Amino acid sequence: MAATLFDKIWDPHVIADLGSGWSLLHCDRVLLHDLSGGRALREVGEAGYAIPHPELAFATPDHAVATTPGRTAESFPKGGELIAGLRKRAAETGVRLFDLGQDGNGIVHVMGPELGIVLPGTTLVCGDSHTCTNGGLGALAFGIGASELRHVLATQTLPQKKPKRMRIRFEGTAPAGVTPKDMILHAIGRFGTGAGTGYAVEYAGSAVRALSVEGRLTLCNLSIEMGAKMGMVAPDEVTYACLAGRRFAPKGAAWDAALAHWRSLPSDADAVFDEDLLIDMADIAPQITWGTSPEQVLPVTGHVPDPALAADPIRRAAYEAALSYMDLKPGQPIAGTKIDWVFIGSCTNSRIEDLRAAAAVLRGRKVAPHVTAWVVPGSERVKREAEAEGLDAAFTAAGFEWREPGCALCVAANGEAVPPGARCVSTSNRNFVGRQGPGARTHLASPAMAAAAALAGAIADVRQFAA
Amino acid sequence: MEKFTKLSGPAAPLMRANVDTDLIIRIQRLVGTGRTGLGPYAFENLRFLPDGSENPDFVLNKAPYREAPILLAGTNFGCGSSREGAVWALMGAGIRCVIAPSFGDIFHNNCFQNGLLPIALPEDVVKQIAAETEASQGARHTAIDLVRQVVITPEGAEIPFSIDARKRDAMLEGLDDIALTLRLKDQIEAWQKADHAKRGWVWDSVKF
Repeated sequence: MAATLFDKIWDPHVIADLGSGWSLLHCDRVLLHDLSGGRALREVGEAGYAIPHPELAFATPDHAVATTPGRTAESFPKGGELIAGLRKRAAETGVRLFDLGQDGNGIVHVMGPELGIVLPGTTLVCGDSHTCTNGGLGALAFGIGASELRHVLATQTLPQKKPKRMRIRFEGTAPAGVTPKDMILHAIGRFGTGAGTGYAVEYAGSAVRALSVEGRLTLCNLSIEMGAKMGMVAPDEVTYACLAGRRFAPKGAAWDAALAHWRSLPSDADAVFDEDLLIDMADIAPQITWGTSPEQVLPVTGHVPDPALAADPIRRAAYEAALSYMDLKPGQPIAGTKIDWVFIGSCTNSRIEDLRAAAAVLRGRKVAPHVTAWVVPGSERVKREAEAEGLDAAFTAAGFEWREPGCALCVAANGEAVPPGARCVSTSNRNFVGRQGPGARTHLASPAMAAAAALAGAIADVRQFAA
Repeated sequence: MEKFTKLSGPAAPLMRANVDTDLIIRIQRLVGTGRTGLGPYAFENLRFLPDGSENPDFVLNKAPYREAPILLAGTNFGCGSSREGAVWALMGAGIRCVIAPSFGDIFHNNCFQNGLLPIALPEDVVKQIAAETEASQGARHTAIDLVRQVVITPEGAEIPFSIDARKRDAMLEGLDDIALTLRLKDQIEAWQKADHAKRGWVWDSVKF
């Protein structure tokens, strides 16, 4: 019977049928971070359970680490306690830890693919909703809560209900200025922030095939902002070339065996999806969010919507609340809106290709004097690679601050925040109320769009800043 | 997990779509804190004005709803971050049941791990419960009966709701998931052994 990529990974991972649609699913990999990892390891032990497979878990501090140059674990004291806890518990349980300053350290969803921990056809969980990022390599990866995380550490399994299958096909060639971030923001704007709830989403089509692995990771990263806790792209030659030789990727005969398995994973041509959606790349322009939900997004040439035009009262109220929080007027062009901050980073857009794209826009130009601009590489390895290429110099010459890896201003859990009332163009994934700090106003965009905004000192169309 | 069988009290209407878990609990409150003591920080960005004073317009600051054990909300409640602290904060604030047209997937699972009952009902029904509650200025209560799987509105209408049988049973009995799963330990180990034979590369590439 014809099967989808999702079914081909899910079905063989079912250990037991638990009844009423529930399966006991094997988890091949677990990623841990400072915010919940140390506590989960501790709580499992305190409850009297063992951790049977520490070799399948990988930990790194990212959420609550300061990103100031020269930082240490203690630079943000509350985070320092969390990191100390993670170090202690990882050492006790034998879980591998990639500590600050070491190769492998970084944002957990940058680390996983970078080290070859995430492999096609595997299941992977982490106590972070952006775990869906890792689906870009053809893995079934999803975020879980603290209690589920304890369960996985103690049993290497998770009771889960099988989601429905959705496919989103992007067909055609990317127009000028359109990046993977614009593709997924456009999809969320079109289908809504709850469209993927209860689904595992497969991204397909000629435009997805044309993406690098990094682009696919960005695409899958925002699946959760559409409500889908799993997003994935079928593996292909691009995936295999990216994985070959990575530290925890199989080698030699094991690689050949893995490759044979991976080649069987793509959805069969006649596989059926519960929902099958199509996007024409020609319809996508560079995107920028205007509100406080990722679905509140516009082409950069667009105008802020008028709540009076929304028929549904709950939707109208949401628009009004968003406009008030964001201090925008109905009908105003979004381009030209003055900004105060730019943040390039996060598990969405902090990989080397993201930094190259932003630096290409910045070279030979200067950030507007009133703008504070930060670039936070996604990992120690990205940072070193960027420095070897001279990207750090390109950023600092333009007026950006070049910082240490971490989640930083995406989640503002590390003592760093966008000030109240300040407007920030950010390459992260959430424009929620208070996400980047109490009162902070967030506009989500691609790295190139963020760079263009930094130069203009206002929301700007990257196509006017051709590199 | 805290057991859940029956509940009765005012249902606070927060009729807003896409209430995300960042809005329910700010991440800063979860750095270095435990599962308890988060109640005062629930909905902090809505509950307080920028000067730190209470926002009198926020529903949970209004007299009949301060102790409300039931929250009514718009679609996609609990979307966004996987932080289980959102559930801990709601429970810390005394909320044991959220009624909304739909929920974020991860939040929905997290609710059942702790004994917070998420009930999905059509939007017009949620609006009806809100209207009936508001008509009595919060004086008339909504009741939940998990055994019978019904919501009894302030006007006395009985509305059945569906809930996953496995989750319902666990909630009624306050069961621990890990202990249940470990009853299948032999089956798990047999699966792993067989998988190692089939997909050695999954295991051997990360062995110590």
